[in-house]
Amino acid sequence: MNLEDAAARGAVVTGAVIRAWIEKSAQVLAENRRYLSELDSPIGDADHGNNMDRGFKAVLQKLPDGDDSGVLLKSVAMTLISKVGGAAGPLYGTFYLEASKPLMGKTTLTGTEVAQLFDVGIAGVKKRGRSDIGMKTMLDALVPAANAFRTAYDTNTDVVVALSTASKAAEEGMKATIPMQAQRGRASYLGERSIGHQDPGATSSYMIVQAFADAAAGVPG
Amino acid sequence: MKKLINNAEDVTVEQLKGFGVAYKDIEVHFDPNYVNATGAAKDRVALVSGGGSGHEPLHGGYVGMGMLDAACPGQVFTSPTPDQMYEAGKMVNGGKGILQIVKNYTGDVLNFQMAADLLRDDGIEVRNVIIDDDVALKDSLYTAGRRGLGTTVIAEKVCGAASLEGYDLDQIAALCKKVNIHGKSMGMALTSCTTPQNGTPTFDIGEDEMEIGIGIHGEPGVERTHIKSADEVTEILASHILEDEAYTRILTEWDSDKGDWVDVEVTDITFQSGDEVIAIVNSMGGTPISELYTVYAKLAEVAGRHGVKIVRNLVGHYITSLEMAGVSITLVKTDDEILRLYDAPVNTPALRWGV
Repeated sequence: MNLEDAAARGAVVTGAVIRAWIEKSAQVLAENRRYLSELDSPIGDADHGNNMDRGFKAVLQKLPDGDDSGVLLKSVAMTLISKVGGAAGPLYGTFYLEASKPLMGKTTLTGTEVAQLFDVGIAGVKKRGRSDIGMKTMLDALVPAANAFRTAYDTNTDVVVALSTASKAAEEGMKATIPMQAQRGRASYLGERSIGHQDPGATSSYMIVQAFADAAAGVPG
Repeated sequence: MKKLINNAEDVTVEQLKGFGVAYKDIEVHFDPNYVNATGAAKDRVALVSGGGSGHEPLHGGYVGMGMLDAACPGQVFTSPTPDQMYEAGKMVNGGKGILQIVKNYTGDVLNFQMAADLLRDDGIEVRNVIIDDDVALKDSLYTAGRRGLGTTVIAEKVCGAASLEGYDLDQIAALCKKVNIHGKSMGMALTSCTTPQNGTPTFDIGEDEMEIGIGIHGEPGVERTHIKSADEVTEILASHILEDEAYTRILTEWDSDKGDWVDVEVTDITFQSGDEVIAIVNSMGGTPISELYTVYAKLAEVAGRHGVKIVRNLVGHYITSLEMAGVSITLVKTDDEILRLYDAPVNTPALRWGV
């Protein structure tokens, strides 16, 4: 299979797309720094946007050359782990670290490998956070995104379309956190008072999935 | 904001530098930030703890002979990152493994677990024990669970002595877990505190109000009430602790046989008539030691009424929240092992006896 043709048909994701995903993630998190911290104010400690922006700025500085997807994602993981702090640092760090493991040495990812990227990343977050969907966390955006991606990709084998579908599912999942009562993290101590607020972690996760969809579709930065 | 600082951005680094100047037996490292007792833990288990800054003397003040080998301070009220515990662990590892003592705050727990994974990848054995002794929170099913308070200090002291006695890694982890389920704490605040980075009080509280069950980062407690006398406040805190029912929760720990993190159900003790305890009457930072003595007298009385005898005590600043006025009380049930190890010599900036 000619990879360039495959990429043009939306059948694969190249290392360049992974790099663009990381860059777009940094961009959208910087643009929404204040918004994410404001979301974090009533149910957390009002620093999620600052932490994610600081983390992804450092990610860009330390991102290695080349288009090995595993190497790129592992670099994201290690930088976030050391720069973000709080709970978001290890949770996002775990997502990228686990996602990077099966992708080492791969410069081009099939849709099945993208699905795997989501699945192993999510499994790591679930395990590290002892959490699952419905607890008002980043998983409420990531899990629906992964499920939607797999279903869409199985239907038409177009990664770009599937990522776009995943992004819409992540957005719905993010909005679904508003009526939830938090069961993990600092927000959980608020009990019922956490109801009525959109989860900042689910929001940043939606933004990252959206950035992936934009990168794959070649949306200019 | 009135603080003795130079620049709000650099407080953690500036204060660490000062700590290093003040204590010549302690090495201070930057990028990543950690402090360690000079000289590695040769042929014994190394103890590493850490957490957000702003709780001094916890944890750096407990680094030294007979207590911690290293401490990793995060930014003010922010958990440290895994690279700090990873580098600190490599520095102090003496070939017998590392015990991490971790207060139960989601960020602290996750960052220490990641550090443990990284150290294990380097072939260093790590056990990770969580301290969750704050009885203000009754329920753990739908929350991140009880928070870590003063029992942390006793765990660090007792496990430090056990390391010097030659306990191996599994023995010392078992001991640390025992101290955790033997300890119960609760705090209260008269005033808020202000972190240098925010510049405004962490929470609002009226001149005539107090918060019972406060967390050490100003997290809400169980009750906001009109201010009460020292005796009434002590009665409330001591009764909550002494009458706390057995608390069952799931804690994550490393299973070396399975080679994976596992969830373990843990139930703590209840205090019984005839128990002997170590008591801490701790200032949240802004309350003077003189007021702590009033609290201590009442605590001894309430404990006595429950048939519980205080056999050792610490009265002072041990786990603080910047300049917050208020107090926390910790009671740890002793046995021969805990008391022997507690009494063993210790030489750290904040705890020193027998040397």
